[in-house]
Amino acid sequence: MPSAAIQNEFDVYSVRKHFPILDREVKNKPLVYFDNAATTQKPKVVIDALVEYYSRFNANIHRGIHSLAEEATAAFEATRDTAKQFINASAREEIIFTGGTTEGINLVAQTWGRQNINKGDEIIISTMEHHSNIVPWHVLCQEKGAVLKVIPVTQDGEIIFEEFEKMLGGKTKIVAIAYASNSLGTINPVRKIIEKAHAAGAVVLLDGAQSTVHLDIDVQQLDCDFYAFSSHKLYGPTGVGVLYGKKQLLESMPVYQGGGEMIKEVSFTDISYNDLPYKFEAGTPNIADTVAFKAAMDFVNHIGKEKIRKHESELLAYATNQLQQVPGLKIIGRAKEKVSVVSFVIEKVHPQDLGILLDNRGVAVRTGHHCTQPLMDFFCIPGTTRASFAMYNTIEEIDVLTEGLHRAIKMLA
Amino acid sequence: MEETKKIAEIESEIVDEFSLFDNWDEKYEYIIDLGKKPAPLEEQYKKDENKVKGCQSTVWLVADYRNGRVYFKAESNSVIVQGLISLLIRVLSGQKPDDIVEAKLEFLNEIGMMTHLAQTRSNGLLAMVKQMKNYALAYKLKHEGV
Repeated sequence: MPSAAIQNEFDVYSVRKHFPILDREVKNKPLVYFDNAATTQKPKVVIDALVEYYSRFNANIHRGIHSLAEEATAAFEATRDTAKQFINASAREEIIFTGGTTEGINLVAQTWGRQNINKGDEIIISTMEHHSNIVPWHVLCQEKGAVLKVIPVTQDGEIIFEEFEKMLGGKTKIVAIAYASNSLGTINPVRKIIEKAHAAGAVVLLDGAQSTVHLDIDVQQLDCDFYAFSSHKLYGPTGVGVLYGKKQLLESMPVYQGGGEMIKEVSFTDISYNDLPYKFEAGTPNIADTVAFKAAMDFVNHIGKEKIRKHESELLAYATNQLQQVPGLKIIGRAKEKVSVVSFVIEKVHPQDLGILLDNRGVAVRTGHHCTQPLMDFFCIPGTTRASFAMYNTIEEIDVLTEGLHRAIKMLA
Repeated sequence: MEETKKIAEIESEIVDEFSLFDNWDEKYEYIIDLGKKPAPLEEQYKKDENKVKGCQSTVWLVADYRNGRVYFKAESNSVIVQGLISLLIRVLSGQKPDDIVEAKLEFLNEIGMMTHLAQTRSNGLLAMVKQMKNYALAYKLKHEGV
């Protein structure tokens, strides 16, 4: 076989070699890391990029004229270009660096929201939102006397589109919705949602925390107005995220935080603000992590999103099939379109007990409400156990999980 | 009247019992067995005011004061937490308020429960200990003065 063909083949065992943490043991067992929807592990190239940044060209950016400052600035701004390509934004000015998805959503709520939401206006979210896409809007509604409307979901965990259509009206100002659900894995029909919302004159913010790592993101094709995502769920460092916004919207928005970098000229009586994207980036940013974030996106591009997706779909299908055979287990979230997340409850077994016993076998899963309490209330459960898969997970690891579940049930029942 | 064992004495009994286990599976099996014993808490006590905050699972804790000693009853919807609670109750229930307030509860470290359980979960356990001590202190002030 020619070497190019080998390079193009997705081999999970080769992929795993890029992630140093996967070599470690937990409780004397090989680590099985299934908490990827919370945060993904980091490939060596990302870790190396962090070390290299601090070892070679640490400096404050955008200001100094010395060589280090210039190099650091170039590395920082290179991440912006890569992020622009990664989600296919039309201009680099549309890429605002944030601390993460949560900050991105708060930025929109506190700037665009405060400027555009008035008493009696309506904001639409869905039942399956993460608290990060509920609380900022709740706060805004409280402040402005606006109304928060919530799209209901079916027992399978899909939004009821007709109900959404009924909610849309002249008072709807913004629709803020997850592209993919963190606790169920559901991929929402965002294209249709955006189309309908725009027809009603509303703007749309997509919470891309869970979707960006799995799906091809093209913000121009989606035509969303805002798109927020995090580096750390995308094999990159924690503490960095991107808020994409359409240029004309970002330009019309008031500033978020005040400080250095976001200004042009300051006197005590008059301030003129910097241009996009710096207008929204006050203070010294998280330079090192932002620089290393580029390595994460390059890495994903190098492996190939399509291949990763195919691998993750196989894991999801296998896990769903295996888990269904566990006695008393019920999968929560059975949408037709899902990212590689499987959430479940087991009769008479508390998720916390399951989490403890699985951890004892080296298996890391998430238990609890996954920051989606209203959704858990809808399903009348206190929480679930969630296994979420990344490019480096294997079929054998899913077998370790199911074996662990059988064992735990035997112990707990 | 039978003399109640001292806190330190019960703690060292528990540490001895756990030293018999070779691995964590056995420890958990034992804790789960403890947790499966019929929980002593009647339905009427399972209300919000008796909930211990800081636990991922729900824990209800009630306390009673009789003849200079504090008695605890508690229940959790998590079997493992229930098992750990039963150890805490074995150590602290029926003791004098002063002794409860001052108990260091080193046995939790010695049997490995503080390090083995993730921080969030041991925080739940610590919240439970704190609540037990608060009850002891409150009874002491009410019945014995400062």
